[in-house]
Amino acid sequence: MEEDISLKQAISKAWKGFSRTIPMILGTLLLVSLASFIPKSFYLTIFQGTFLDPLIGAIIGSISAGNPITSYIFGGEMIKNGVGLMAVTAFIVSWVTVGTIQLPAESMILGKKFALIRNLLSFISAIIIGALTAILIKII
Amino acid sequence: MKIKISKIFKQTKIKMKIKNISKAWYFVLIMLIIYSALYFLNPNLFNKSINFFTNIIIKIIPIFILIFFLMIIMNFFVTTKTITKHFKDKKIKAWFFAIISGIISTGPIYMWYPLLKNAQEKGVSHGLISCFLYNRAIKIFLIPIMIFYFGIKYILILSVLMIIMSIIQGITINKFLGEKQK
Repeated sequence: MEEDISLKQAISKAWKGFSRTIPMILGTLLLVSLASFIPKSFYLTIFQGTFLDPLIGAIIGSISAGNPITSYIFGGEMIKNGVGLMAVTAFIVSWVTVGTIQLPAESMILGKKFALIRNLLSFISAIIIGALTAILIKII
Repeated sequence: MKIKISKIFKQTKIKMKIKNISKAWYFVLIMLIIYSALYFLNPNLFNKSINFFTNIIIKIIPIFILIFFLMIIMNFFVTTKTITKHFKDKKIKAWFFAIISGIISTGPIYMWYPLLKNAQEKGVSHGLISCFLYNRAIKIFLIPIMIFYFGIKYILILSVLMIIMSIIQGITINKFLGEKQK
C-alpha cells in the first residue's frame, strides 16, 4: 500500500501522470482543430435536436475512452456547433462514469453483477444529469 | 560472436524503447500524417487548422500549468493509505468519506481496484464502493479546463448533481446487491 510521500515524490508522480496526458491532449487538439471546420450540418445530422439527443450523447460517451480532458474538449466543440447542452452533458458524464473498456477488469475484480449494474446505472444517470443540468442552468 | 551478441542486445534495447513509448504518441503520429497529407491536398484547410491549433494551445498552456500544480498538491496530501484509513467509518460519515475520497483520489482506475476489492472483502458495502467510483469522475485538478470550456455556473451545477447521483446510485446498488458481500 502507498505510504506517505515526500514533495519530491509528489512532483515526480504528478509529472509522470501529466506527461502521459500530453500526447493525448496534443492528438485531441490536432483532431479538434481539423474537426472545427466540419460544417455544423454534420453535427446536426447526428444530434437533430430531438429528445433522443441525450441518449445518443450518452451512447457515444459510454463507448469512448480516454482522459476526461478529451471529453471536455470535444464537448466544448459540440456546443460551439449547436449541439444542445443536454446531449453534451450526457456525453461528458457517460464518458467519465461509464467504463465500457474497463468493464472486463471491473467484473473480474469487483464482481460481474456489481460491474454491470453500476455501469448501467451510470449510463441512465448520465441522461438524467444531462436533462437536469440543462434545466437548472436556465432557472438559476 | 561478440558482434552478434551486441547486435541482439542493441535490437532488444530498441524493442524495449519502442514498447515504452506511450500508445497515445501513435495517435499524435497519425494526426501528423493526416496534417502532412492535408498540407499537399488542401493547404487552405491546413493553414486554418494550424492557426486554430496554435490559438487553442496558447489559451490552454496557463491552465495546464495550474493543473500540474494542483496534481502535485493532490499527490502530496492524498494517498491510498489515507483513504483506506477512513473507508470503514460508520453510516453518514462513510458516505461523506466515499464522496470526498472519490473526488480527491488520483491515478488510473486500475490502481484502485485491488484496494476496493480488499475493502469489499472487509465488509465495505457495494454502494459505498460505487459511490467512490462515481465521484472519481469529478476531478478537482481538471476544474480549470472545464471552466475554460463551460463556465463556472455549469461546473457547480454539474458537480452538485453528480455528487447527489453518486449517493442515489450507491443506495440503489445496495438495494439490488445487498449491503455486504455474499
